[in-house]
Amino acid sequence: MFRNLTLTLSLALAGTVALPILPASAQDGPLRIEITDGVVEAMPIAIPAFFGDSDVAKKVRDVVARDLTGTGLFREIPAEAQVNAPGSFTEAVAYEDWRAINAQALVTAEVTSAGENISVKFRLFDVFAGQPQGDGMQFDARASDWRRAAHKIADQIYTRLTGEQAYFDSRVAFVQETGPKNARIKRIGVMDYDGSNILWMTDSSSLVLAPQFSGNGRQIVYTSYDSGFPQIRIMDVATVTSRAATQGTDSMAFSPRFSRDGRWIAYSLENGGNTDIWLMDAATGAQRQLTNAPSIETSPSFSPDGRQIVFESDRSGAPQLYVMGIEGGEPTRISFGDGRYGSPAWSPKGDLIAFTKQVGERFHIATMRSDGSGEKNLTESFLDESPTWAPNGRVVMFTRVTPGGNGQPRLHSVDITGRNMRPLNLDFAASDPSWGPVMP
Amino acid sequence: MKIWMKSASAICLLGLAACAQPAPPATQQVIDPYANMGAGAVYQGNLAGGTLGSEATAQYFTDQVGNTVLFAANQTTLTGDARSVLTRQADWLKQHGNFSAVVQGHAEETGTREYNLALGARRASAVQEYLVAQGVEAGRIRTLSFGKERPLEVCSDEACYAKNRRAVTMVSEGGAGS
Repeated sequence: MFRNLTLTLSLALAGTVALPILPASAQDGPLRIEITDGVVEAMPIAIPAFFGDSDVAKKVRDVVARDLTGTGLFREIPAEAQVNAPGSFTEAVAYEDWRAINAQALVTAEVTSAGENISVKFRLFDVFAGQPQGDGMQFDARASDWRRAAHKIADQIYTRLTGEQAYFDSRVAFVQETGPKNARIKRIGVMDYDGSNILWMTDSSSLVLAPQFSGNGRQIVYTSYDSGFPQIRIMDVATVTSRAATQGTDSMAFSPRFSRDGRWIAYSLENGGNTDIWLMDAATGAQRQLTNAPSIETSPSFSPDGRQIVFESDRSGAPQLYVMGIEGGEPTRISFGDGRYGSPAWSPKGDLIAFTKQVGERFHIATMRSDGSGEKNLTESFLDESPTWAPNGRVVMFTRVTPGGNGQPRLHSVDITGRNMRPLNLDFAASDPSWGPVMP
Repeated sequence: MKIWMKSASAICLLGLAACAQPAPPATQQVIDPYANMGAGAVYQGNLAGGTLGSEATAQYFTDQVGNTVLFAANQTTLTGDARSVLTRQADWLKQHGNFSAVVQGHAEETGTREYNLALGARRASAVQEYLVAQGVEAGRIRTLSFGKERPLEVCSDEACYAKNRRAVTMVSEGGAGS
């Protein structure tokens, strides 16, 4: 759907600014914002109005700006402060004008429309070094996909300035909640990571819980009560058709998760009141029991290489986190702090596990390294749960529930440093997010 | 009075010593199955229509026998109160062999969604096992968990949580698989 190509424009432009005011050695290496646990001062970035078709250009610019400032890592320099914007996309950049207002990075872009298609070109400049940062690029898209074009540009800028993988052009599966607390109506939706472009995957006729994207984002596995009894279903996102992965009325199946390659589904199977972790071959449906204990084992999550599973078990007397190989065998306990640990999610980078932690009457979203060390709380509230990772492993989205008879769940995101917590911009209650991959 | 007699004979089937010989009037109150129930479940003596058939309804089971037992926080063991309610449920189910039951397990809102699903399943199963131990055929009872999805009370205090940590026995005429 997308074509991106490196333009020769950046080379042509380099020739027009052959005499930079400041020496290029004013800064060593590329412009880079370092993300550490220390205090980060947001990088000032100028994103003047995009050239071209004014309506689409404005919308694309605003999404690019929101993506970048939404990370908390960038601060947009307001348009009023921009004294001398260039007259066209190809005009040489007057770096001194941008230095005067302390813009460290500058984005210029042009949007052209042709019938059902749009084309967006952009360039990124390191203002104080007085040079482009990376090549100019062009994205061609259907006009209806203008948001994706904007996310792709923001992804490029984010990666060039942070050195981290991008995540803006991605989608999140979630559960919408309506109706009173004691008769909640739930349905599964899919949206852009920022809450736009909502598509409904199920109707409201039966209770649905905890959707989880497959690694390629084409399928969602979830728990449904549509038979009157909790069972696992697999949804094909493109066609919005689902099929039963488990069936029966004598044992409940729930909490399914895909392995990243989509080959396996780990899930909980209840039998006679006891819940264990099972593994299913997603293609054949063949099932194998991985844990065999009288305690509760649930909420499995695969390591990115698919070789291990972290899960929640109360075999010690209260819920804690354990890791085992996908062959099964004796699991290793990795959580030892005070409180009750649950709903672990293994980071796509493999380094961290995010989880829910209840201490007394407060809930936290927290992370630890996959060996259990370095535990760190990211949030605290009456009830936070169900963390899911951005595809680059830098941001966690989760459900925050407010207390009381009118309490509602809302989706929030937080950086893994614990900073920049913010609610998602949705005008309805939602829970159980699952962050899918960056789209190709 | 017919109702009372029917219940008394059912108790006899359980092999209580009092049934082995004609019961003198003074002992009849002791075996009255309604005498020790909590408020709200006391036999009123004036059920609508006053017919024997009124006992054989899901409404009667819910209102008079008691369809709900409660659990302590994070616990799945049956309390003494729960066991006495379940003993009455078992008696009713044994008397009404054409009914089957679905036991729904529930949890309070604190705790993660999926752990609470498993916790509710344990609670429902604890009820099922007790009913079976009291002589109800296992095949007549199914279990199901709603975790924290269907609270009875909506406040976020222990007063509500205590009522939401529950297992509810829903009876209906016909097979348990239907």
